[in-house]
Amino acid sequence: MIHRYQGVVVELVSRAVVPAIQVFALYIITHGHYSPGGGFQGGALLAASILLLRFTQGRKESYRRFPPGAGFALAALGLLIFLLVGLASVARGGSFLDYAYLPWPWASPETLRYYGILVVEAGIALTVWGTLVVVFDQVGTRTRDV
Amino acid sequence: MIWQLDFWLMLVLIGVAVLALRLRDLLAAVVALGAYSFLMALLFSELGAVDVAFTEVVLGAGVVSVLLVFALFSLDRRSSD
Repeated sequence: MIHRYQGVVVELVSRAVVPAIQVFALYIITHGHYSPGGGFQGGALLAASILLLRFTQGRKESYRRFPPGAGFALAALGLLIFLLVGLASVARGGSFLDYAYLPWPWASPETLRYYGILVVEAGIALTVWGTLVVVFDQVGTRTRDV
Repeated sequence: MIWQLDFWLMLVLIGVAVLALRLRDLLAAVVALGAYSFLMALLFSELGAVDVAFTEVVLGAGVVSVLLVFALFSLDRRSSD
């Protein structure tokens, strides 16, 4: 169903808006631990920017910018980051996702908690981003062409 | 909390919800559902739940609307009941 939409206004506006959405999503992810937002919302925003590309640029162009297999890779990578951070603290005697037990003994527990939650948020964002794009790619290719 | 703002938001919210149920054109119903999600997010943020409002506006008004439009491509556009 996805064809390139012929229209200069839609084309130019989407070109201007997609990078802005992505920069805002990065802000949401990196500031998620002390302001509203976080990995889930930022990842959903990143996925929304890719969906806007899918709608406005057509399948051929947008698959070149974000290949359909990249969603699976991103989702798997994010899950791997989450599990590795969680299990690293288990390996050093803490509980799951207890960032103070991360294997950097020279850093203080406060610093470890601060950066641990940031890394986990980044993993969540990658997983949500990849999964949402994969869901829409599957739904979009199953429906008949209109 | 400003009760006047709450009251009018709630009133418009109910109106948009009834509109989304009663519209025969399903694409228009999807747009009304997106407006419902957006008003719900305004209400959440007005009640102080900014994080919930953020999720609602990203998922409810953005992603779910797109998913429903995708689903409409494999359905008839008119509701029959």
